[in-house]
Amino acid sequence: MNQFQYVRVTTPKAAVAAVTKENNSLFLAGGTNLIDLMKRNVMSPEKLVDINKLPLNTIEKTATGLRIGALAKNTAVAEHELVRKSFPLLSMALNAGASPQLRNMATVGGNMMQRTRCGYFYDTAMPCNKREPGSGCGAIGGYNRMHAIFGTESSDRSSKCIAVHPSDMCIALVALDATVLVSGSKGERRIPFIDFHRLPGDAPEKDNTLQKGELIMAVDLPNNPFADHSHYLKVRDRASYAFALVSVGAALNLKGNTIQEARLAMGGVSHKPWRLTEVEQFLRGKPATEATFRQAADVAMKGAKGYGENDFKLTMAPNTLIDALKTAAKNA
Amino acid sequence: MTNQDNNEEQAENSGSSRRGFLKQSAALGAFAMTPPSAMKAVDTGLHEKIATAFEQMPLQVEINGTLQRLKIEPRVTLLDLLREQLNLTGTKKGCDLGQCGACTVHVDGQRVNACLTLAMTTEGCKVTTIEGLAPAGPDGPLHPMQEAFIKHDGFQCGYCTPGQIMSAVACIREGHADNPDEIREYMSGNICRCGAYSNIVDAIMDVKKGGQKV
Repeated sequence: MNQFQYVRVTTPKAAVAAVTKENNSLFLAGGTNLIDLMKRNVMSPEKLVDINKLPLNTIEKTATGLRIGALAKNTAVAEHELVRKSFPLLSMALNAGASPQLRNMATVGGNMMQRTRCGYFYDTAMPCNKREPGSGCGAIGGYNRMHAIFGTESSDRSSKCIAVHPSDMCIALVALDATVLVSGSKGERRIPFIDFHRLPGDAPEKDNTLQKGELIMAVDLPNNPFADHSHYLKVRDRASYAFALVSVGAALNLKGNTIQEARLAMGGVSHKPWRLTEVEQFLRGKPATEATFRQAADVAMKGAKGYGENDFKLTMAPNTLIDALKTAAKNA
Repeated sequence: MTNQDNNEEQAENSGSSRRGFLKQSAALGAFAMTPPSAMKAVDTGLHEKIATAFEQMPLQVEINGTLQRLKIEPRVTLLDLLREQLNLTGTKKGCDLGQCGACTVHVDGQRVNACLTLAMTTEGCKVTTIEGLAPAGPDGPLHPMQEAFIKHDGFQCGYCTPGQIMSAVACIREGHADNPDEIREYMSGNICRCGAYSNIVDAIMDVKKGGQKV
């Protein structure tokens, strides 16, 4: 690990100032990904600004829903009574991620800031457009079993990066219409969760739309009618403690057996948490039957593209979607 | 203390222990990556002096009930602080990347991976390691979970065991040890390459059913 300066801040303003003015300076929260990346020399910040003492770990009811502080630990959120009761999809997604030890360390903001686990991104001897823009993509034509099937095109229709976003939590948050509250040197702003992460396009080095020095303060979740019919289904290489091959967050509002409204997102398939708005529209007003869900899966898979080793995801993704919808429809 | 421990201690005192050798080779290996300012320190002194060329920061942290006032480099992880500076080598370094759980310790009562925890972030915290788990200290009776691991043969090589035990205790305290399936899920952050999993689950179930205070 490179040497770095370490500073501890006690106000968000000081945190933002410290990272805004320094070139290679980063916030440190749980550190579960950043320290890992620093040990492997994938990231080498000159300064770490420790934000763990900031008062940003509260989880509270608001007039319109729930506000989760950026420094709330993954465990605290997953086990919070209001989250379990009113946003069970979020609780399920969090508990499907990492290990109990890591969930005790990892924060909500840090979870959103996770880098991809693409092996080429982690291996500094290999080319990677995300780690070193312009160096090429090792995964295209290489080992790409874990990689993306959606949203991989750049402006010239080629692919610059086929890495996937690794988070489970973010799949629930994007499905549940969360909003991210960030603070920067020019004040606060709100980013719809769906716009927080970005597709690789021509700049795969950028994971998200944050400006330099902007600090995630909280995530807002609007109240919803999905608590009775939510399910997070994660398919992975071992039963626990593995990243998703494919995951699906599904939430339904049923009246009798008719779908009033649906929320759907997929993980392990794209550079960003993959919200399926077109499928949600398709499901509106339809009966909650396997036949409907099979049609929905066809809609979901439009535009999907395999890269060789990950071709199996073209079958696994629709099957996971159908299964998740079936379970969500049954839950109560 | 067993005879073997005595032997190890003597070996360390004589300056020719395996651990001492490893430390020296690691320090020599570090030369290649050491900046010129540190190299100057090397020219004029022993390799232990390298550290003084790096920025040292004050840290106060309570470890196994003892308040430690330390000066450390910011990049030192809690795991390296425990093992290399405080000689608490019960906490093991496996992958050093948060994937195996061998380094599991409790910080303010929560189980965490010490390898991904910068020691500086534990300022003002209470850390418990395997050495501090048994209520009467390392020379008193074993903690019930330690007893159960022996009774159920919850290990072969033993390298992952301190982490397994720290995690197992937390698993019960968190209320996630009601049945074998739940235990398997909530112990998934601790890898055992010998494959003692079924005996580990038995040990945890035994302690849970026994209702002893953990």
